Amino acid sequence: MVFEAFFANALLAGSCIAIASGLLGWFVVLRGQVFAGDALSHVAFTGALAAAAVGLGLRAGLFAATVLVALVIAALGARSRADDVSIGIVFVWVLGLGVFFLDRFNSSGGGSSATIAARTLFGSLFGLTAGEARLAALIAAGTALALLAVGRPLLFTSIDAPLAAASGAPVRALGFAFLILLGIVAAEATQAVGALLLLGLLAAPAGAAHRLTANPYRGMALAAGIALLAMWGGLALSYWVAALAPGAAVILVAAGIYALTMVV
Amino acid sequence: MAVELRDASVRLGGRSVWSEVDLVVGEGEFVAVLGPNGAGKSTLLGVLLGLLALERGSVSVLGGGAGAHNDRIGYLPQRRVFDASTRVRGVDVVRLGLDGRRWGVPLPGAERFSARARSERARVAEAIERVGASGYARRPIGECSGGEQQRLLIAQALVRRPRMLLLDEPLDGLDLPNQASVAGLVQEICRTQGVTVLLVAHDVNPLLPYLDRVLYLAGGRAAMGTPAEVVTSETLSDLYGSAIEVLRTSDGRVVVVGQPEAPHHHGPRHELRGRGPGQVLG
Amino acid sequence: MNAHFTLDLAADVRELLAYPFMVNALQAAGIAAVMAAVTGWFMVLRRETFAGHTLSMMSFPGAAAAALAGLPLAAGYFAFCAGGALVVAGTGVAGTGSRPASGRGAEAQRAAAIGTVGAGALAIGFVLLSVYGGVLENLESLLFGSIFGVTRGEVLTLAIVAVCTLACLAVLGRPLLFASVDGMLAGASGVPVGAVSTAFLVLLGLAVAATAQITGILLVFALLVAPAAIARELTPRIALGLTLSVVFGLTVAWLGLALSYFTNYSAGFFTTSAAVALFALARAARRLGVVR
Repeated sequence: MVFEAFFANALLAGSCIAIASGLLGWFVVLRGQVFAGDALSHVAFTGALAAAAVGLGLRAGLFAATVLVALVIAALGARSRADDVSIGIVFVWVLGLGVFFLDRFNSSGGGSSATIAARTLFGSLFGLTAGEARLAALIAAGTALALLAVGRPLLFTSIDAPLAAASGAPVRALGFAFLILLGIVAAEATQAVGALLLLGLLAAPAGAAHRLTANPYRGMALAAGIALLAMWGGLALSYWVAALAPGAAVILVAAGIYALTMVV
Repeated sequence: MAVELRDASVRLGGRSVWSEVDLVVGEGEFVAVLGPNGAGKSTLLGVLLGLLALERGSVSVLGGGAGAHNDRIGYLPQRRVFDASTRVRGVDVVRLGLDGRRWGVPLPGAERFSARARSERARVAEAIERVGASGYARRPIGECSGGEQQRLLIAQALVRRPRMLLLDEPLDGLDLPNQASVAGLVQEICRTQGVTVLLVAHDVNPLLPYLDRVLYLAGGRAAMGTPAEVVTSETLSDLYGSAIEVLRTSDGRVVVVGQPEAPHHHGPRHELRGRGPGQVLG
Repeated sequence: MNAHFTLDLAADVRELLAYPFMVNALQAAGIAAVMAAVTGWFMVLRRETFAGHTLSMMSFPGAAAAALAGLPLAAGYFAFCAGGALVVAGTGVAGTGSRPASGRGAEAQRAAAIGTVGAGALAIGFVLLSVYGGVLENLESLLFGSIFGVTRGEVLTLAIVAVCTLACLAVLGRPLLFASVDGMLAGASGVPVGAVSTAFLVLLGLAVAATAQITGILLVFALLVAPAAIARELTPRIALGLTLSVVFGLTVAWLGLALSYFTNYSAGFFTTSAAVALFALARAARRLGVVR
């Protein structure tokens, strides 16, 4: 592998994002919050458009929007698990806002909305600068470490909330914290694989890990490992097959691995 | 004969659940099906409904083969709890017991034109009235308590005016007063309408006042007879193949001590039940 | 477009109906709203909201594949949404590895499977897009629709699909309801639960495909989920719920179009905003005990 600058950047950012997504994804599947994760990834799209329309940097918009909606979803689910319909309505609301900002963006003559849309929707792993890659890696690594720090209590509350609450675990706070972490990773990974494809990074490696083992700690490691494998495989594929965009390649490898576990 | 099993054996997941079972249930009898977890009580109901095939032996239900007359059988599967977000009314759930299998949709206002639609509506109301659920049948079933849901589900089983009721642990998760009243309700239906009842239970005590006979499944075999005949130290020790003691308390309750539990996959509701050292029968 | 919102509602409506493009748009939106409202009501009942959203995303690779193959876009939409429905139905049937076959664990596993299918389909779509050489200019209409450009022919096609879908749903009616509310007993009573569930998902896919061509991929979901959700907040009754769902669907769809005509902002924004507002009201009404 020729370690050209763009590839090294992609590898750095991608690896950290993959590990964070794999770990988070494992909990997302455990907690049955896959739809919420999907909603958050689409929110990133709206956030980016909003930021572009208002004139802030893309990044600020992404993070603000996803964390905000993460809080909303967490609040909705505070009393009982946020049901699909509530998340669906939040989803609809966010999409509507996205359309609104798209209108504003178009009319304000801020440039090609198609490019911004494409970039947020499909990511641009090979287009990262060294600085962007380092920042992405830092944020992702930080989130992964934060997750590992709360890993055990989070596991406890995810599996048996009433019992965990009775033994003093802060169930609600952990629920909020988890969704915020998810929001941050969603915003970050959007730049790598894009809003539409992020779900694949969250769902496929974790789904595969859950199919392969019921041991939680092994499952977490497996999810992170599979995500990493998918990232490297996808980047390599994309490097050699020019027509294959990196984001799409990563997701296809991840989905392929998941499909394998269905057969095994 | 409502039910007849001759030399019946059944296998599940590669292991023999029970074998060489002979049993006869007369019409209009109230029979409790007892035994430890994993003994094959639900499996028996599955066989009678034709959902599970026998490995050996023969089965006859309401004069035909298993599954031939399922429209004359009211079935209450195990562990059905509608969670709080189920936004369907109790009366609609009961209605589905009557016509849920028919393709198509009921036409709105059909009652005005069709005698059949009118009679169906009357049947649903009658079944709900029978179980005493008229007060809450129009509420979303998810908002009803455990006992109320159970009554509505019994109404659903009754709405086709069945000749036989197969109830799988209907008293599970109910408090004692509710257990007694549901058991009493079932017996009333049995007596006044001549319906044969097979009721799977964990604890025979709520049922003792109402029972005709007991079918006890354990150790892969079955014993049938009146409670006084079957629930004895001798019979149960013989079934289990180990020392079992049956104690009778001063107020008439029965306690079984010493029974081993078969390895069993616990469903969610079972995990909520407390278990003590000297388990009450079941 | 000389749009002037006066306070005389009758005059405003007359102005709306004066333009054929507007009439087409209203008809298309109305038909799509009705079809989505009825299908969506069952979707919400069956807790298959996530599956519905995933199916709507299948339109993207469908459109890309059709463009690549030189086929009409509609063919791609229908093929991929229906095919996707079969795959999603398959995830419900397939085993779940080391986890139990029912309960919350299996539900979450299924969600992971559906998410993977969705993301995978989108990735395929993106690859096809790059191979085709960029329909990116049409991305906006793909995502958000182009309802004001609807032709009479498209309205007719939509009407035919809607009638067929609703007819099939009517036939499936009771067994589908039974299987959705009480799958265990339905199966024991002889309802072919697996077949009915698969049939519903395919119908959902077709409804989604037809609607997505008008409203765009992202907004199909709004018409699918919101009216049904509002109706279910207000009543647990079946016939009433379906009726209300249709009423709310038509309301938000037409309101969105009308407001878009008079203000030049996009119809999708107004539709979704109206839908969310109505839902919030309905939920508040239920929480406060105004409705049961």
